[in-house]
Amino acid sequence: MEAFLNYGFLQRALFAGIFVAVACALLGVFLILRRDAMIGHGLAHITFAGVALGLLLNVIPLAMALGIAVLAALGIMKLKEKAGLHGDTAIAIFSSTGFALGIILATLAGSFSVDLFGYLFGDILTIQESEVWLSIGLAAVVVFTVVLYYRKFMYMTFDLESAKASGIKVGYLDVILTVLTAVTIVLGMKVVGILMVSALVVIPAAAGLQLASNFKQAIILSSIIAVISVLLGLLFAFYLDLPASGTIVILSFLFFCFCFLLKRGKKFF
Amino acid sequence: MHSSAVESKTLIALNNVSFSYGSVRVLKDITFFIRKGDFLAIIGPNGAGKTTLIKIILGLLKPSHGEVLILGKRVETFSDWKKIGYVSQKATHVDPLFPVSVRDVVAMGLLSNKKFPNLTKREKVLSIERALKQVGMENFKNWRIGRLSGGQQQRIFIARAIVNQPQILFLDEPTTGVDAETQDHFYDMLDTLNSSERITIVLITHDIGIVNKHVTQVACLNQQLVYHGTHAEFCHSDAFKAMLAGGHHLVSHRH
Repeated sequence: MEAFLNYGFLQRALFAGIFVAVACALLGVFLILRRDAMIGHGLAHITFAGVALGLLLNVIPLAMALGIAVLAALGIMKLKEKAGLHGDTAIAIFSSTGFALGIILATLAGSFSVDLFGYLFGDILTIQESEVWLSIGLAAVVVFTVVLYYRKFMYMTFDLESAKASGIKVGYLDVILTVLTAVTIVLGMKVVGILMVSALVVIPAAAGLQLASNFKQAIILSSIIAVISVLLGLLFAFYLDLPASGTIVILSFLFFCFCFLLKRGKKFF
Repeated sequence: MHSSAVESKTLIALNNVSFSYGSVRVLKDITFFIRKGDFLAIIGPNGAGKTTLIKIILGLLKPSHGEVLILGKRVETFSDWKKIGYVSQKATHVDPLFPVSVRDVVAMGLLSNKKFPNLTKREKVLSIERALKQVGMENFKNWRIGRLSGGQQQRIFIARAIVNQPQILFLDEPTTGVDAETQDHFYDMLDTLNSSERITIVLITHDIGIVNKHVTQVACLNQQLVYHGTHAEFCHSDAFKAMLAGGHHLVSHRH
């Protein structure tokens, strides 16, 4: 364990991973209960275009992905509102178009580079110090905003129409939640990759929701499960020479199975 | 009665309100008012615009024509939402997996109070407990909302709507899917809120029995306002006869 913590790249991965895991789990609880869990998957595909564009233009891919993800998230929101589309339809339109754009941009960039594969499958062990601070900063913004608007987010998630009728600025809060989701997806992308980031948002939250008896408990449990998945995932990846991203996702899935069975067991006994 | 006296008692006023969903007209030139102390039923066939009317009053929909005044202010500029309680038609469709307690659900109602950030924990607890007591659910405050029956959930939503001691309470078909006995208790509770707590109640219902037993005022809607007046006059009106003649939308209440 001491050897594990002596490596600078592992320390960076741990710091960034823990903060990003908490942000993902926090948002995940709201997204699942809003029946918007697939937005993470859709946005992740769209960020592929941002990363490819960043690599093509030699701009920090994370920053470019952030901009594209925020725009796409707001676009999905507006498409749902104005075009009367179901959420999953709007997500499918944006995500497939984003991924297609990413493939074209990556081809224009010359070829699918190693960097691009790192973003697709996750490469937290190569995270740079600047990216660690960016991840910690953005994750802190996500956590702070959720704490600040916790009760209002909970009300609009539970009963949107009544929340509107009680004078809560639901439209404004919806934009905040959408932007936070986009930011969180981009952060998670660095930890587990574009193809698995929705797992980090959805699985720990789904696990926490199995056992929680109130909303606060759901958020705390989900965050703990996400953090432990990242910590153990990095540890196993280091000692067993496994890919960190896949290990983190598989561990969070095992936690979900454990919580699921525990809940069923509780009911049975 | 002197006109200023009427105005002083008017909580909600609608002036020539019309509304369309795209090219489909739903409401046409609705003008009426709701006075303090009323127990008003809004009745009418499906598609008559009842829910739309309430959503316009609450500012959830914008009328294509006309104006809505709440406590003398245009709805667009009205901000004192703690004086208005609302229980929507969808309120009973609770996700049974949503991890929220009865106490948390009632506390949501406090968010419409501008003073919410300054309320002490004790003030919040007392408000929640008082509201739960008013609906007879004080022993369920720690229960998960998904574990309650439809009728009990409906009481919790009323508690949430009255937690700020509002002046007016809107209910959109509140007893859909609730058994007859529970309905009786529910409407008795509304009677008490109206008579003892002086809360003005506006109720959308299809149930003519409820209208006959509980309400004091009736507004009959079919895209236009067909009738608005006291319950006693309504029973002798053409609107009532027309309702009974085509009464497949109106359910008799069993007593």
